[in-house]
Amino acid sequence: MNALLEIRNLKVTFPTARGPVDVVKGLSLTLGRERLGIVGESGSGKSMTGRSILRLIRSPGQVTADEMTFNGTDLLSLSERQMRAIRGARISMVMQDPKFSLNPVMTIGDQIAEALLTHQKLARSDIRSRTLAMLEAVRINDPERVLGLYPHEVSGGMGQRVMIAMMLIPEPDLLIADEPTSALDVSVQAQVLEIIDDLVKRKGMGLILISHDLDLVSAYCDRILVMRSGEVVEECDAGELKNAKHPYTRGLLASIPRIDESRDELPVLERTGAST
Amino acid sequence: MNALAIDNLDISYGDSKVTHGIGFNVAEGESFALVGESGSGKTTVLKAIAGMAKSWTGSISVFGAPRSHGIDRGFAKQCQMVFQDPYGSLHPRKTVDATLSEPLAIHGIGDSGARVDEVMQSVGLDRRFRFRFPHQLSGGQRQRVAIARALILKPQMLLLDEPTSALDVSVQAEILNLLKRLRREQGLTYLMVTHNLPVVSFLCDRLAVMRHGRVVEIADVDQLKRGALVDPYSRELTKFSAAHLQN
Repeated sequence: MNALLEIRNLKVTFPTARGPVDVVKGLSLTLGRERLGIVGESGSGKSMTGRSILRLIRSPGQVTADEMTFNGTDLLSLSERQMRAIRGARISMVMQDPKFSLNPVMTIGDQIAEALLTHQKLARSDIRSRTLAMLEAVRINDPERVLGLYPHEVSGGMGQRVMIAMMLIPEPDLLIADEPTSALDVSVQAQVLEIIDDLVKRKGMGLILISHDLDLVSAYCDRILVMRSGEVVEECDAGELKNAKHPYTRGLLASIPRIDESRDELPVLERTGAST
Repeated sequence: MNALAIDNLDISYGDSKVTHGIGFNVAEGESFALVGESGSGKTTVLKAIAGMAKSWTGSISVFGAPRSHGIDRGFAKQCQMVFQDPYGSLHPRKTVDATLSEPLAIHGIGDSGARVDEVMQSVGLDRRFRFRFPHQLSGGQRQRVAIARALILKPQMLLLDEPTSALDVSVQAEILNLLKRLRREQGLTYLMVTHNLPVVSFLCDRLAVMRHGRVVEIADVDQLKRGALVDPYSRELTKFSAAHLQN
């Protein structure tokens, strides 16, 4: 398999008053054109992993790795300018909440077109037709009307689909989706994930889906990494999640209420330190 | 006696009517859920009960007394609300102690030191958190403070607006266990808004499914567990949650 992304010994460090703290401690992964899920609780370092791939971690945070190559390019040695050519065009990222990630004073059409124009020179009519086609691809009915709307005029689910459209229109090779649906309703969640899934499969992209929802990740990924305090504690095929061996993964799985719930109390993870 | 009786409730924001003829009862000591997607009006119903959405017609009565359209102290003593986002619902510049003492000061209740201590213990917050600010606490701890804030006046009923949707699954389990234990110990009545059906299965006795501002079905939680909801829309909602689990 031709590796799309290769990471060896990734470390993300933040200085604190009590000395440097590693939020990601030596993570390694190889990603082909497949769907990889990263799960863990808040603070497990899963989002930091996603951000460090795009070199979005700002100073004073520091990213080091023995190797971080994307399609043969060493991401760590690129200049900021070269990195900008990769962001969006080759690797793009869908953020958690459309309310905060879309520009409130630009129309949806302009924002999607901007994503395209940043990386390519195109005629105005081409841009319009590609934007419309992309909105249709994310199953927005009546794209002509939506083009002229501002983000506050659309629902959360639609906002998230607009963001996906914006991220996918330059046709990247790798999509990083950081909690793409946690701000959405259950019914809309499934829709949004199916759209991502469909586009990823059709275009043969790689996907990294970052989430705290184990059920969701196991439903939409091929392979899963479980992270805890900056380390990968378990790696398994999505279908094998139920047979996970690590006590932490088993604990997480058990703490989710089921729709046919009959337990009187949910099992809770033991925490180190008395911080519940 | 019903803890809460709602009949033919129409709530509007300005000119637009949000709910249409909502009606349901919650018995004393019962845990009742309102489920539905965003925009279905479920949170608006809680707001009307709490006095935060003031223009409504129909009737709301709490423990037999008709509810006024505004905020009143007598009601606040009987019924309190816990909000969705513990990051947004606590005052960032007030310590836990100040947050918890304020309702006591408003209601002219003395002995706040001991009461704050007691309520913190009942929600499982260690003493050392008492003089901390919200930014020094984790999400789960903040939600415990928000629950403690609601409980300090010793209400009989809690209005819970998506109390765990902003939390991690493991922390969600802790807060759900806490809510279940508090209800058992203090005989509380819950009215909870959520879109998470498994949470309803764990914590509630009955549920009402809402869509476009109307109640489409009221059912027993057993029906939900067996997948035996009747209305087509409720079945669709269950299907989404169940599809998640099979994979």
